[in-house]
Amino acid sequence: MADNYVYAVARIRSLETALFTESVIGQLLACQTYEGALDFLAEKGWGDSDTGRDAGRMLKRETEKTWEVIRDLKVEPSVLEVLSYPHLYHNLKAAVKEVCAGKANAEIYYDDTFISGETMREILQEKDFSALPEHMRQAAAEALETMLQARDGQLCDIIVDRAALDAIGQAGRRSGEEVIRAYAEDFVATADIRIAIRGARTGKSRAFLERALVPCRSVSVSALTTAALSGVEAVCAALVQEGFQEAVDAWNESGSAFERWCDNRIIRAIRPQKYRAFSAGPLAAYVLARENEIKNVRMILTGKQSGLPDAVIRERVREMYV
Amino acid sequence: MNGLVWALSGAIVAAALAGCGSAYGVGMAGQAASGVVTEDPSKFAKVLLLQLLPGTQGIYGLLVAFVTLSRIGILGGGGNDIALTTGLLILAACLPTGIVGLISGIYQGKTAAASIGIVAKKPDQFAKAMLFPAMVETYAILALLVTVLCLFSIPV
Repeated sequence: MADNYVYAVARIRSLETALFTESVIGQLLACQTYEGALDFLAEKGWGDSDTGRDAGRMLKRETEKTWEVIRDLKVEPSVLEVLSYPHLYHNLKAAVKEVCAGKANAEIYYDDTFISGETMREILQEKDFSALPEHMRQAAAEALETMLQARDGQLCDIIVDRAALDAIGQAGRRSGEEVIRAYAEDFVATADIRIAIRGARTGKSRAFLERALVPCRSVSVSALTTAALSGVEAVCAALVQEGFQEAVDAWNESGSAFERWCDNRIIRAIRPQKYRAFSAGPLAAYVLARENEIKNVRMILTGKQSGLPDAVIRERVREMYV
Repeated sequence: MNGLVWALSGAIVAAALAGCGSAYGVGMAGQAASGVVTEDPSKFAKVLLLQLLPGTQGIYGLLVAFVTLSRIGILGGGGNDIALTTGLLILAACLPTGIVGLISGIYQGKTAAASIGIVAKKPDQFAKAMLFPAMVETYAILALLVTVLCLFSIPV
C-alpha cells in the first residue's frame, strides 16, 4: 500500500540533501592530491572512526550505511531485493571459485546482500542449494559443477551472469514499482548491448551469444545475435535501428564512455522519483543514486592515486541524481 | 421516528466523519514528519505545523456537533420536541461538514506529507510548502459555512 512508504520517503528526502551534487564532485576533483581528496570526503562525513583514511574501507562503509538505512526503514525486503542481485550473484561467482580453489578470502565478497559471502561459501561447500533463492539454485549447481569438473572459469562466469540477468529481468517484470521495472529493463538491455559488442569484437560463436544474451523489451536478442556474428559494425547498425544511437556514439568514443552512458541511462530513468511521495520508487532511486555516487568517488580516488589528469578523470564521471 | 433522533444523528455524523478524516490526515502527515525528524530534529517545529493542518476538519466537525446539540436542546440536559421534517433537515445540514471533512482530511494529509518532503529538502521554502495543503482547507471551510448557514436557518 502506498501509504506504507510515507515515513520512509520523508526520511529519504532528508538523506538526499547529503547526496553529492555535481558541484561537490567538482570540488572533489579539484583536490590537489589523493590524500586531500580523502580529507575532503572525511569532512563530508564519509567513513567512520574505524575506517580512518583507508579509501577501500571508507567506500565499503558508505555502501553499508546505505543498506543500514534501507533496513531501518522496515520496508518489505522483496520490494528492493532486486537492487542487491548484482552483488548477490557476484558473491555466488566468488564463492564458486573460492570453494574450487580451497582458499578462504572474505575480502572478495560484498557485505550488503541478504546472503553473506561466508554463508554462500558454506552453502556451496555442502551443496545445499535449497538454501539459496529459487532463481539462483540451478545456476549455482551448474556453475559449481562446471568449475569442479572442467575448471572453466569463463563458462562459470557466463552461467552466473546469465542467471543474474534473468533474475533481474524477471524481478523487474514482476515489480509493481515503475522505477524497479525501468532499472531492470535498462540493466538487462545495456548488458545485452555490452555482450553483443564484445562478442562481435572477439568473434564469439552463436552458441555463446545465445547463452549469454537475455531477452528484454528494449532490444531484440535474435537481431543482436545475428549482427554480432557479422561483426561490430553490424551490431552498431542493429543498435541504431533499435533506437540506441547514443550507445553506438558512446562505444565509438571509448569503452569508458560506453560504461558512463550505461550508468547515466539508469540515473536519468530514476530522476523522476525525486518528485514522488507515496511509493517505494524514491527508496530504490536513493540506493541507485548512492551506488552511483560511490562509484564516482571510487573512480576519482583511483584516478588521483594513479596520477591521471583531472580532464581524463572528469570524462569518466557519471551524472549525479541530485 | 422522532425528529430528535435524526437531528442527533446529524451532529454525530459531522463529528465522526470529519474526525475520521482528520485522524487519517494527521496520521499520514505525522509519519512523514517522523521520517524527517529522524534524520534532522532541527526541522521539528516546521513539520509539526504541517502535520497539524489536516486536524482542522475534526475541529469543524466538533463545532457543528456543538451548535446542533445546542439548537436541539440536548446540551441543556433535555432535548426539544422536534418534528420529523426538522430533524431530517438538521441531518442534511450536517452532512456537508461530515462528508467534505472526511475527504478533505484524507487529501490534506497526503498533501501535507508531500509538503513535508519539500521542507526536508528545502527548508527555506516552508511558506510555499504550507500553501499546498492550505488550499485543500478551502473546501472544508466552504462546507462548514454551508452547514452553519443551514443550521441557523432551520426553525427549531
